[in-house]
Order: sequence, then structure tokens, then C-alpha cells
Amino acid sequence: MEILSFLCLIFTALVIGVTARVIYLLIKIFTTECALYQDSNLRTIFCIGSGGHTTELLRFMRNLNCRKYYPRLYILADNDINSESKIFEAENKQSTYLLNKIPRSRKVNQSYFSSVFSTIYSTLITVPVIYKFKPNVIFCNGPGTCIPICVVAFILRILFLLDCRIVFIESICRVRSLSLTGKILQYFADLVVVQWPQLRDVSLRAKYFGRLT
Amino acid sequence: MPKLYNRIFITVGTTRFDLLCEYMLSPAVIHALKEIGCKEVVIQIGNSDVDPGNFTKNEIKFTLYRFKDSILEDIKKADLVISHAGAGSCLEVLEEKKPLLVVVNEDLMDNHQLELAEQLQIDGHLYYCTCDTLVNTLNVVDFELLRPFPKANPILFVRYLDDIFRVYKNID
Repeated sequence: MEILSFLCLIFTALVIGVTARVIYLLIKIFTTECALYQDSNLRTIFCIGSGGHTTELLRFMRNLNCRKYYPRLYILADNDINSESKIFEAENKQSTYLLNKIPRSRKVNQSYFSSVFSTIYSTLITVPVIYKFKPNVIFCNGPGTCIPICVVAFILRILFLLDCRIVFIESICRVRSLSLTGKILQYFADLVVVQWPQLRDVSLRAKYFGRLT
Repeated sequence: MPKLYNRIFITVGTTRFDLLCEYMLSPAVIHALKEIGCKEVVIQIGNSDVDPGNFTKNEIKFTLYRFKDSILEDIKKADLVISHAGAGSCLEVLEEKKPLLVVVNEDLMDNHQLELAEQLQIDGHLYYCTCDTLVNTLNVVDFELLRPFPKANPILFVRYLDDIFRVYKNID
């Protein structure tokens, strides 16, 4: 009996602890600029989506200081055949970057029921990838494939296993409303950037710096 | 003397746009093209249901091909570009400062790409229409009234990132 109540106590403490940590992180994300102080380089993940999203993110990536944002890991879906050559091209044809392919969470025409399991599976697969790489910054611009990666990174941050910042860049295509990915990520991404000024009015805390691509 | 658009380039992107390809070869559109001075038409047809090839029709030289690694050369050579509503193609054309007419594919359900074309028309950088209004639009609009598209400016955002993600050791 005593052991049981002891376990209950530990469990309650854990729940309170995690809740407090989540609230603390959310307040920090919502109220501060989420600065990051780093000794040297920033370990960076780019979540590669598909088609236009890939092009946009890679075009933005070229503006970053490649010695500061280093090493760079690109995470892409395993059925994405076009993005790999685009990445190689954008990296000036030098293989100083890392690639990781994860199974796609929902294939075209897959039923919603089975996609629940495949989403869980592809989310679990990203855990060791992110934990081992220990990113400082994650860049993503949708589509939905980047959400599991961001969720895993956020959970690892809650558990003090990782200290990283999530930067979400909304696609230039979104003029009047945020994408579903943007709507979800605005609650826990550290920085949400939009490319049309009027989008600031329909989002929680998006920032606008002009057109990026 | 209105400006003549000698070479016209049409792109449908990575998928297909059967209706536009079909319309571009119809007598009504060819007539409208001749009215604005067209002598040569290059069409990137993607997977659309027409056959690639070269031919002359009503004194206009047609070149149809499916895909190229980069359509930039064709954009650069053209005096006017007619494009599907894909953001990538639209921005690529606008960056080359070419007059642009976007034809919206109404068969596509997911039409958030239309949002961008609409906004760019409001800002005066392009015109957009549907296949049905293509002839009318070609007759009516004046491409010389389009305003050049300002260059993207990622520097502000990059500076902001550099500011919040501080690195102690000087990397440069």
C-alpha cells in the first residue's frame, strides 16, 4: 500500500514538473525573442518538404552563413526523389552536409486509420535522429511533414535533453491565411515568419521581414 | 504603335494543364497572339495530353516540349510569358522582369496558389485569367502597364537571426 501511494506521489510530482516546464517554455517562447547563446557553430536541421516548399527553403538557406550554421542536416521523406539533387545543387555541389530520410507519414491514397500508425511510426523514427544530432536550430516551411520533427524536438526540449529553436517560415504562396502547418506551429515554434504583411493580422505572433524568396 | 510580343513562352509546370495546351493551339487564341505581334511560340507542356514537336500554324512557329532541367533560358528569350499559377514559375518569370499572364487551372481543387496570383495582380506585377477568358484578356490588357517586381530581401531576416542566435566565437 505504501509503495503504491509512493508511486502515486512520484507520478503526480512528474506530471506537475512536466506541466510547469511546458508552461515555462511556452511563456518564454511567447514573450521573449528566444535568444540562443552558443560557443561556436549552430547545429542546424532543415526539414525538407516537397516541390515548391523545398525550392523556397533552399533559396533561403543560401543566404545563411554556412560556417555559422554548421553542420547542416537535411531531413526528407524517403519517397522524395527530386529534393536530393536540389539540395546538392544548393550546397554548391559539395557534400559537407548530412542527409536523413524518414518514412513518409501519410502516403497518397492511404486510409486515415492506417495513417495514424504510420505517423506514429515515422515520428518515433525521428527521435534518435534528432537526439543524436542535437540541433540548435530547426528550419521548416511546411508542408505537414515537418510537424513530427518539431514535436519531437519540443518534447526533447521539455525533458531537458535538447536546447533548440524552431524557426517556421510560411510559404510566399500564403497571402491571406496561414497554412495548417503554420496554424499548428505558431503555438510552439520559437519564431514564425510570414512573407506578406497582412498575414500578421491573422496569426498569433508572426513576424514580417519582407519577402525572403 | 503598341509594343509587339514576338516570342511567347508558355509553361504549365511539373504536372499537366490539358485545357491550356489545347487552347493555345486553337484558332481564336492564335489570332489573339498574332494581334499582339507573335511570330514564335514555345510551350512547355509537361504531362499534358498533347504531342511534343515543332510545326508552323497560321504563320506562327510552334515548339512544344515536355520538360527541361531549367526553363530559365526560355523565359529569358521570351517577350511575354504565359504561365500556370505555380508560385515557382511566377516568381521566376517576375524576377526576369518579363511581362506575365497567369492562367489559373480551375480543375485544381487546392487553389491556394490562386491567392498569390491574385495578390500579385492587385500589386500590378502580372495579369491573371482562366482558359475561358484568355482570348479576351490577351485582347484587352496592356502589359506595358505592369510594374517591375521588387527583389526579395532576406538580409533583414538573416540579420535578425544572427542577432538572436549569438555565437561567441567569431566565425567569420
